[in-house]
Amino acid sequence: MNWAEFFNMGGHAFNVWGSYLLAFVILGLNVWLPLRKYRTQQQKLRQQHETTS
Amino acid sequence: MIFQKYAAAKYFYPLAGKCLPWFAWITVLSLSAGLYLGLFVAPPDYQQGETVRIMFIHVPAAWMSMFVYAMMAGAAAIGLVWKIKLSDTFITASAAVGASFTLIALLTGSLWGKPMWGAWWVWDARLTSELILLFLYLGFMSLRSAIDDQRRASRAGAVLLLIGVINLPVIHYSVEWWNTLHQPASVARIDGPRIHSSILTPLLIMAVAFKLFYINVVLIRMRSNILEDEADSRWLQEQGA
Amino acid sequence: MTHNLGLFASWQRVLKRELLLAYRQRNDILTPLIFFIIVISLFPLGVGPEPETLRIIAPGVIWVAALLATLLSLSRLFNNELHDGTLEQLLLTPQPASVLVFAKIVSHWLTTGLPLVLISPLLALSLDMSSTALIYTMLTLLLGTPILSLIGAIGAALTLGLRGGGVLLALLILPLYIPVLIFATGAIIAASNGFSAEGHLSLIGAYLIITLILAPWVTSYALRVSLD
Repeated sequence: MNWAEFFNMGGHAFNVWGSYLLAFVILGLNVWLPLRKYRTQQQKLRQQHETTS
Repeated sequence: MIFQKYAAAKYFYPLAGKCLPWFAWITVLSLSAGLYLGLFVAPPDYQQGETVRIMFIHVPAAWMSMFVYAMMAGAAAIGLVWKIKLSDTFITASAAVGASFTLIALLTGSLWGKPMWGAWWVWDARLTSELILLFLYLGFMSLRSAIDDQRRASRAGAVLLLIGVINLPVIHYSVEWWNTLHQPASVARIDGPRIHSSILTPLLIMAVAFKLFYINVVLIRMRSNILEDEADSRWLQEQGA
Repeated sequence: MTHNLGLFASWQRVLKRELLLAYRQRNDILTPLIFFIIVISLFPLGVGPEPETLRIIAPGVIWVAALLATLLSLSRLFNNELHDGTLEQLLLTPQPASVLVFAKIVSHWLTTGLPLVLISPLLALSLDMSSTALIYTMLTLLLGTPILSLIGAIGAALTLGLRGGGVLLALLILPLYIPVLIFATGAIIAASNGFSAEGHLSLIGAYLIITLILAPWVTSYALRVSLD
């Protein structure tokens, strides 16, 4: 497996890896941001319940 | 009816919570399988060379952009007719990820097209349709954020989605027609190579992987929205979130 | 106001009232028309006055200007009634709201779309269009501007009273206008090149009929959504 050739993608490294990277970043944000929001919300709610109960 | 039982948020929330880890794992597995087959196993194309690998991202993303919009429109119809709150939660959870798939399809389409056509953007029928779909997503999201009243926002958004989904085939057809009129026949279509099994398999696996990914994101966002909306309700407190 | 009237009579009454109001607020009618003229005039200034170039871009320029001028005029469709409270009354009358809404849309077209159709020959000449192109421009505008009013009414109803109204309305409605734009300009270009434009015109006609049937009903539903 020639890694140099693999990364070069026949001269189109920018296009191919650019596409994969782009998709990875955008989809990654689509998972990470909601997860983060969920966890902060959970924490806030737990705190609220502790103070009221 | 069992289906109606899960329509209520308080049943949906824990069910979604239990399903999530499973979905997450099969998503990771199918993504890895698709990426491996697409990047390492599939052969380069006779005409396009290695750039054909972009197809494994571009085509599933384009399929998802339309699939998500259709799902949102279906939920909109259900929400308007049967007034189920959960369908609105589903719609708001889906919008951003649907728009993201559309954006990915457009950007990767551009990156795929540059080696083929020599330009960063051509008014190709498929890309132009995707661009209009992006406008439909953005329009929907803008309308929802412009309305403060939750009930009006969800109903207005639902109406807009239904109008959009009915118009979508019309728009797509008219853009296709417009394109054949103005595009010389010699320009290669972004469809690319004849579909051979070594190309088809990674494509289908990536399509499945993207669908699973979508389910994951929607479940997380729906749980998040439910937490926000039902913060004061007893069932949430009893469950300990 | 229209409690004891039959359907057609109440429709007529709304239409007459609309036209009277429009006449009293003549500026509201002139503004989109002047906008139409100015936008079209900008193109020769922007791309140069060569008649060959203008002739090629003319169908698209006229039609895009028509889209934008219609968008500009849509805000006044329901705004007055919203502010003085008569809009809710319109929805409460015994007559079906969609009929009354249809009357408002008809008056909107008479005061916005029809002037565009009537002034288009002048603008077609200014862009050096052939006489065939000119005729088909008028024809497509005649068939197409009602569609713009009908679809636009739905958008106006959905965005009733919202901040950022005009731009938001444009964002929502312009994608829906695209098929009309494509087939109208396609018809003009086909006819100018000696081909038959019958197919395009029939498609526009079919689209018009479908929107005529559906849009008033969807608009009144959207009004209820916005006012409840």
